[in-house]
Amino acid sequence: MLDYITSYLSDSVKITPGQAGNVFWALVYILIIFGGVSVAVIAMNWLERKALAHFQIRLGPMRVGPHGLLQPIADALKLFTKEDIIPAAADKLVFWIAPLIILCASFTTYIVVPFGPAHAVTDLNIGILFMLGVSSLAVLGVVMAGWASNSHYPLIGALRSSAQMVSYEIAMGLAVVSAVLMTSLNATGTGTLSMIGIVHAQQAQHVWFLFKFFPLGLIAFVIFAIAMVAETNRAPFDLPEAESELTAGFHTEYSGLRWSLFMLGEYAAMIAVSSIAVTLWLGGWMRPFPNALTGETWDLVFSLFPGFTFLALSVFAFVGVIRMPKHPYFRLQTMGLAGFGAVLGLIGLILFVPPVRDRVQDIYWFSAKVAGFMYLYIWYRATFPRYRFDQLMKVGWKVLLPVALGVLIVTAILGVLL
Amino acid sequence: MAPVATTFFFYFLSGVTLISALMVITQRNAVHSALALILSLLGQAALYLMLYAPFVAGVQIILYAGGIMVLFLFVIMLVSIERQQKEEQFNKLWLVGLTAAVALGGLFIGVYVKGKSLFSGPLRPLPETSNTQDIAVMLYGNYMFAFEIASLLLLVAIIGAVVMAKKRI
Amino acid sequence: MTDATKYLSHLELGGPDKTYLDSNELIINMGPQHPATHGVLRVILKLDGEKVLGTECVIGYLHRGVEKIAEHRTYTMFNPYVDRMDYVAAVSNGLGYCEAVEKLLNIEAPPRANYIRVILTELNRLASHQLWLGTHALDIGAMTPLFYTFRDREEILKIFEKYCGARLTTHAFRIGGCQYETYEGFERDVKKFVDFARPKIVEYEELLTTNRIWLERTKGVGKISAKDCIALGVTGPVLRASGVKWDLRKAQPYANYPEFDFEIPIGQNGDTYDRYLVRMEEMRQSLRIIEQAVAKIPEGPIMAKVPKVMKPAVGEIYHSIEAPKGELGYFVVSDGSTQPYRVRVRPPSFVNLQALDLMVRGQLVADVIAVIGTLDIVLGEVDR
Repeated sequence: MLDYITSYLSDSVKITPGQAGNVFWALVYILIIFGGVSVAVIAMNWLERKALAHFQIRLGPMRVGPHGLLQPIADALKLFTKEDIIPAAADKLVFWIAPLIILCASFTTYIVVPFGPAHAVTDLNIGILFMLGVSSLAVLGVVMAGWASNSHYPLIGALRSSAQMVSYEIAMGLAVVSAVLMTSLNATGTGTLSMIGIVHAQQAQHVWFLFKFFPLGLIAFVIFAIAMVAETNRAPFDLPEAESELTAGFHTEYSGLRWSLFMLGEYAAMIAVSSIAVTLWLGGWMRPFPNALTGETWDLVFSLFPGFTFLALSVFAFVGVIRMPKHPYFRLQTMGLAGFGAVLGLIGLILFVPPVRDRVQDIYWFSAKVAGFMYLYIWYRATFPRYRFDQLMKVGWKVLLPVALGVLIVTAILGVLL
Repeated sequence: MAPVATTFFFYFLSGVTLISALMVITQRNAVHSALALILSLLGQAALYLMLYAPFVAGVQIILYAGGIMVLFLFVIMLVSIERQQKEEQFNKLWLVGLTAAVALGGLFIGVYVKGKSLFSGPLRPLPETSNTQDIAVMLYGNYMFAFEIASLLLLVAIIGAVVMAKKRI
Repeated sequence: MTDATKYLSHLELGGPDKTYLDSNELIINMGPQHPATHGVLRVILKLDGEKVLGTECVIGYLHRGVEKIAEHRTYTMFNPYVDRMDYVAAVSNGLGYCEAVEKLLNIEAPPRANYIRVILTELNRLASHQLWLGTHALDIGAMTPLFYTFRDREEILKIFEKYCGARLTTHAFRIGGCQYETYEGFERDVKKFVDFARPKIVEYEELLTTNRIWLERTKGVGKISAKDCIALGVTGPVLRASGVKWDLRKAQPYANYPEFDFEIPIGQNGDTYDRYLVRMEEMRQSLRIIEQAVAKIPEGPIMAKVPKVMKPAVGEIYHSIEAPKGELGYFVVSDGSTQPYRVRVRPPSFVNLQALDLMVRGQLVADVIAVIGTLDIVLGEVDR
């Protein structure tokens, strides 16, 4: 039993736990990913409020914890203690299940997300197909939430929301297909649907698929980037959730913890589709410029990035400490922020140590790229007005779909010719 | 890759599939029936995975559970069914139903009894890792004509649906 | 609780008509409490699916009886009440009323008072348009311009506060001129503000004018032709965006507007996008007027010789000015006593709101909110 557990470790880890058939480590990875995604969702909540506020020349949450760092926890506590209101005429079973379906669908996609060549729960050979399929199950949750509320407006909001999600799945799928097509442009002519295989293909072809057959890869990426924003019901495609429209969205009748499950599922879905985009077009866990800037020194330079990132974050924290008012009321906050900055700095220093540095590279670059996408999501929300529903559907069907088809055909032709 | 606890999973998944299939026909509420059908389809997808057919499993989840069932739910929710629920169910054709059930049951028993001898020749186990490639080669190679006909059929269906739903062309 | 059907006579409700997918026509209430109706306005919509077939506005939730109050106050005592009607552009309201009573009394405000009046009125026009832009963009979904415009509006409100002590309901003018002399550093503040505000308007335009989502949401939405505008009595930027070059500052000049050099922007199509462009350009022209005015404020008295007890001769007068929302008119009837016999206010938002029905027929529900925003109504004015 014991060597069953340690055998996965000792084989200088080249395959994922799922591939090695090691259930114990697969479970460990699942727990790590579950915890990591939950922390990421909380951080995303904080980042959204702060970044949105800074876009709007205001400060955002500042009171709960230094610079509002504990705000998401306060929100979660508040939502836990709220009364759980279920409409009297609602379908209780379906009402209860709907947020769970969205949550499970969003979280199940993470078992194939590749944080590194051996850092995923498993490497299904239909990886990308699995991710697209399971994330399309979230649509069911939305429809059920609207239905179970047994009220006119949530039902219409749910149907509109799900119609939007289904329409943009098509453009997403076509963009994904053209990226998968590019994986087959190798000596043997066989591509792969597995997520880790796609990144390996980018490594083997020495190019991020974003820049392959320029500008085709870029167009496919842009189509996917737009479709993924529509898929997760975020601005500028968030008409079904907007407050100033008539139909208030499918989660109107949900209160307290159930509502927070919807938000959790939405943020998890955002991170999941961003992971797809990063894996397919941005080279997954590879460091930037894998082929233009090669060599020992460049490898070293890029391997210092994780440490520097955390050091920069801790510098920001200490700058915040210096700028805190010198009033006894703020003493606790100042100490908290200083402690936080110290922890970040410590992590940064640890990440400079060579063994840790090497192991953390893949995870760091993957997470950094996904974090960039998260910031883009918030940026879109701050900048763009909302699309009207018929315009939204028009964009999905009449603009994205033909362009995605075109890109697919041209990519295929170029792939055969070149 | 060595399969893990195959027997347990087979019985578990078949149980889920069958029980939810039964729930489809016995639930009063149409939406509950649709949800049970979704569960049944997901169980089927898992069974496909056990048969080393990952591509079919993935497509089953995307298309059937995630697409077709969503459409079913749309229709159920948009069309008012209260009227229908108050209508009398026809149980005058119970004799026909019984005959069909007996025939189907007899077919199943026959297949079970005959077992493997139904199929001529040994079954070639195909490697699981190239399942998608093999399907693609077959589909676009040997069965190209059928594939094109099927897609043409779907196109006709889409155009027909759009024509019927539009007020004016 | 009133029954909705009482107000729906003109919506031609017969039996339920069969429409798309065999659904009936829907009557939906955008109730008095709604984030997007800019006040307490109730709009009853008759919908066919998502298409609007007709609307009916139910107003009166903010009626305070201002015109009736006027009959029991002296002319000077009534002055603070007019600010409360269009509370966003309070200074313009005051200007209109003071000028109307001055005409009745046959007195003229001295030149320095006129310059101060013009500067404050144009600052208020800018503030009103900034508030309009922020809330209109917010209704359409763009959250950020709201914060930018409110931040910049703060500077204007600081100037008002330094001048007369109040930010919103300023009561800045008196009958016969202004009461307060400009404070120390008024010209410097105003000049600084003009330089501060010019790049900000460019910033707002950067966010919205060429944004394709903004264009799709506003182009072709809520069209109204020039003929319909004139027939309904619609004035202000709505009229100008439909192509009619009518601005009371040029057509029937008041205060000392003829001394300033500015242009009247007009649009072509009369849709929401043109109204947006017209108001943006008006903001720039306001800055131009302020710049010219603050450069040549003359010295002199700020108050004309006004009798202590105001008893205008028997008569009536209608005087209108170009408020930010449109033509704001005051019809003052005097019967020789210290209190007016009747003060009738012609609020621009009230008349513009009537055009809502015409503008949203055949459009979608989401456009109703955009059109209410683009009409720039203030319920305080509509209901009085």
